[in-house]
Amino acid sequence: KRIQTLNTRDLTKSLKQGGCGECQTSCSQKCENV
Amino acid sequence: MIHQYKLNGFNIVIDTCSGSIHNVDDLAYDIIDLYKKKNEDEIMHIMLKKYKNDSSVTKQEIQDCITDIRELERQNKLYSSDIYENYAFDFKKRQTNIKALCLHIAHTCNLNCEYCFASQGKYNGERALMSYEIGKKALDFLIKNSGSHYNLEVDFFGGEPLMNFEVVKKLVKYARSREKLYNKNFRFTLTTNGLLINDDVIDFSNREMSNVVLSLDGRKQVHDNLRKTIDGKGSYDIIVPKFKKLVEKRKNKNYYIRGTFTHNNVDFVNDILHMADLGFTELSMEPVVCSPTEPYALTKDDVEIVKEQYEKLAKIMLERNKNGNGFTFYHFMLDLEHGPCIYKRIAGCGSGTEYLAVTPWGDLYPCHQFVGEEKFKLGNVNDGITNKEIAEKFKLCNAYARPKCKDCWAKLYCSGGCSANAYHATGDITGIYEYGCELFKKRIECAIMMKVAESIK
Repeated sequence: KRIQTLNTRDLTKSLKQGGCGECQTSCSQKCENV
Repeated sequence: MIHQYKLNGFNIVIDTCSGSIHNVDDLAYDIIDLYKKKNEDEIMHIMLKKYKNDSSVTKQEIQDCITDIRELERQNKLYSSDIYENYAFDFKKRQTNIKALCLHIAHTCNLNCEYCFASQGKYNGERALMSYEIGKKALDFLIKNSGSHYNLEVDFFGGEPLMNFEVVKKLVKYARSREKLYNKNFRFTLTTNGLLINDDVIDFSNREMSNVVLSLDGRKQVHDNLRKTIDGKGSYDIIVPKFKKLVEKRKNKNYYIRGTFTHNNVDFVNDILHMADLGFTELSMEPVVCSPTEPYALTKDDVEIVKEQYEKLAKIMLERNKNGNGFTFYHFMLDLEHGPCIYKRIAGCGSGTEYLAVTPWGDLYPCHQFVGEEKFKLGNVNDGITNKEIAEKFKLCNAYARPKCKDCWAKLYCSGGCSANAYHATGDITGIYEYGCELFKKRIECAIMMKVAESIK
């Protein structure tokens, strides 16, 4: 196909969901709540 | 906002605000580029002219491609608008809880690495070991200020934390004794140069540490050049057998080998491959961050070489994965379907808000890279956060803190970048460390290219 779209998390959807904050802190990710 | 690039034979389009990623052919790539700049008739004319020798590109094909692009736009997967900015500025009002501490268990070190940002573990101060009492207060402070967070993280950091190993063990035992009582789950990390690893350390780490970070710069001559013992000898021959033993016994638990590359080894892919040849499979290699006057500092001319190295690494990794002898590279590990939500992408690392560093004396700093910078002291484990002004500033360190980043395609990947790097490069925690940006963007391009390649296997 001329355009192949990969499966990705929809960020706008995650906006409505709210962040739970249980992911690891980050620094120099896996969300278990998708 | 979209970002288009070509890499390793792929034409890739990233839609910044939705997180969508598209792998497209040449015609679609060109039309996507023109779609917002020209009208349909103009696009048709330009494409027919450009592809006049390609029999597969007909008027109908071009029209169909434009229709597909319009549909993706309608689905919010191309040219999606930025609806997050107002949320970013609400961050100052939100109540944040602390969920991670970096315990500076030892402000002393048994190595004398030339590039160490912690000045041989002392952070420009006195040598010191954290006492059990201070560590215990820090853990109590974390539990008390963690709100409803279940997962709490504690890094044992230094200096060299194994120089205070007995206190590490006691603090882990204390934290475990609090878990059930407060409904918390502690995840510990140990960062070590490896010199003091023995069977006791291995057994304890593999039982209690969620992750172990092992410092190795790659090839022996590269490693020994800057990572020397106090009496000036290289440390490679001492630590590699210890790392191998620890990793072998660790089985499937997390670890990674973390190296630093400098101007002396801009061909750092060879160091990563050396780590892989030693049998390590979880690898990381970071560009040195230091004063530009240091002889090992990366130079402007190094930027393009380093970017080429990242591309070379991505291609080698794809090949090795295919051949069954793959390894992971920290900065190429993307999870497209289960990656972080938009809140995490805006907020970034949480330094100064969700994550704090604790010195051996119990002083609190926004992160380990600010320790020793007196004006960034936030408070201490007895009184909590007392420097509200600095705390408020860090609340606004996010993907939208820098006007210059407004139109950057990578802002929701880097979350505005590292405040410490920005401060050390520009004197402002909301400044821009442009050198780091360049490299970060290249790493993300490579990581996404690998995902595209894997998706069409």
